[in-house]
Amino acid sequence: MTAVATPALASPEPAGPSRRSGRRRGASTSGQLTGVSTLGLGVAVLWFSLLVLIPLAAVVASSAAGGLDGFWQVLTNDATAAALRLTVGTALLTTALNIVMGTVIAWVLVRDRFWGRSVLNVVIDLPFALPTVVAGLVLLSLYGPQSPIGVNVANTRIAVFLALAFVTLPFVVRTVQPVLEELEADVEEAAASLGAGRLTTARRVILPSLVPAITAGAALAFARAISEYGSLVLLSGSLPFQTQVASVRTLAYLEGGNRAGAATVATVLLAVALFVIVLLDIIQRRVARRG
Amino acid sequence: MSIEISRVGKKFGDFVALDDINLSIPAGELTALLGPSGGGKSTLLRIIAGLESADTGSVSIEGVVATHLPAQKRNVGFVFQHYAAFKHMSVAKNVAFGLEIRKRPKQEVKDRVAELLDLVHLSQFAHRLPAQLSGGQRQRMALARALAVEPTVLLLDEPFGALDAKVRKELREWLRRLHDEVHVTTVFVTHDQEEALEVADQIVVINEGRIEQIGSPDSLYDRPANDFVMSFLGPVTSLAGRLVRPHDIDLAERDGVLGSVPGVITRIQRVGFEVRIGVRTDEDPEVTVTMTKTHARGLERGSKVWLVPTPGAITVPTMPPRALSA
Repeated sequence: MTAVATPALASPEPAGPSRRSGRRRGASTSGQLTGVSTLGLGVAVLWFSLLVLIPLAAVVASSAAGGLDGFWQVLTNDATAAALRLTVGTALLTTALNIVMGTVIAWVLVRDRFWGRSVLNVVIDLPFALPTVVAGLVLLSLYGPQSPIGVNVANTRIAVFLALAFVTLPFVVRTVQPVLEELEADVEEAAASLGAGRLTTARRVILPSLVPAITAGAALAFARAISEYGSLVLLSGSLPFQTQVASVRTLAYLEGGNRAGAATVATVLLAVALFVIVLLDIIQRRVARRG
Repeated sequence: MSIEISRVGKKFGDFVALDDINLSIPAGELTALLGPSGGGKSTLLRIIAGLESADTGSVSIEGVVATHLPAQKRNVGFVFQHYAAFKHMSVAKNVAFGLEIRKRPKQEVKDRVAELLDLVHLSQFAHRLPAQLSGGQRQRMALARALAVEPTVLLLDEPFGALDAKVRKELREWLRRLHDEVHVTTVFVTHDQEEALEVADQIVVINEGRIEQIGSPDSLYDRPANDFVMSFLGPVTSLAGRLVRPHDIDLAERDGVLGSVPGVITRIQRVGFEVRIGVRTDEDPEVTVTMTKTHARGLERGSKVWLVPTPGAITVPTMPPRALSA
């Protein structure tokens, strides 16, 4: 580090982390692991491998069982391609919706004081906590053929969208909420005293601090959306070319005895999920750096 | 007069934070609001800044009635105890914030930021994030950010309260010098009497929502208006019904001076160059006397001594404890 060129005030205090942002690292920063952390790392890697890496590899491997030709054949199958397009498109749409609505709901929950706030705070988790089939049943009874409010979206793409929006609702709310709560009031007051109106403060000071949380929530919501099955299967009717999503398509392949086909669709979903999660991470880093 | 506060009152529920405050803060000077925590000094500062609204009374800044102006229209610079840094922005961006809000030309912003970073000795940290700075550096950045918009008044709320003792001492000397350079009307809140005495041109002592005394550091120290001001400005001890500073007591080994109070030494404690002696008299269980090491030579626990305030010492009658306003 260059010497501090301030004869009058040579900032003698060490540039360590302050009391507030006290992020402490263990002894492992030097690259040397202690015995306990070696064991910990070993257990973590083993567990992760058994549970995630090996099964994923197996899926990818079995998708390759039919050779490149088989892989391509499955993908170019019209019904499969339609299902994948519908799944990814609707998932992107619901993710975009969640980014807006989730942030708004988190804001309302943290900043506004209203009657029933604590109830809402608990209920937010319901779509996530409900067994997905129950969620599907809930949606079916409200927006199905026997809808008490006269809205029937059964067997349409709206049903797919509705189901995905329903189950992914809590993700952005729950990631943004704690960050918003931690946000110090004096930062906003500082912006105000510097001449920023409420909108400018929200746009230039508050939102950038929320971006990492919003992207994390969006990634979770997207991942959940492309994999959703239970909640939409009842209401959407799973009509090929219209409302059949990728997970249902996978099941259809399995039921038809085509395991390689099912694995192929699964592999594509896996690739899409990875791509979007990495993309969101890159966006978040860019935004966080820009300021 | 730069800031005029008249008849300002503020309550939080039943708690009276400020009770009918009248105060003129002179332009171009450094004024300290001094008092114990919870005394209302921060509330007063926040009312001046527009971050809090007064229940009653009015505030005018440079002749403009500001009572109902929102914070962003008052053109005041505010520095917070915990820096309030914009964590996602670089140091330069933090400082530029107020100028960018005002849509100043890019080149002007750049030049002004460079000038201010130079002023607070942070030029080489311009591209760092606040998290990469120490507390003292962050507070200097916050000061530069507040000064960037050329505020009519600069308000500092316990600006050095979160820093350790050594940095605090350096920063307040630096603030004094900075003020001599910049000359913006400055008001800062502190509970540290040494800080106020050292830095301020004028001190306003605030306690329990009321102003106890206003004056220069010397006049406050030499002519405290009451027991509260005297005891808040430094250590005091009570001797024969009067408050007196421990270094303003003569201790003699025989009864020579009229009005001397006899007593017995109960405690001798050396702290660096200073010796603190506790003396039990008939009236007071312990009178504290401080003297230099040389003067204390030969004194022992149990010695009989006579105490009297030195000629010209400042004494204030000890009052009965104030009735607590519940």
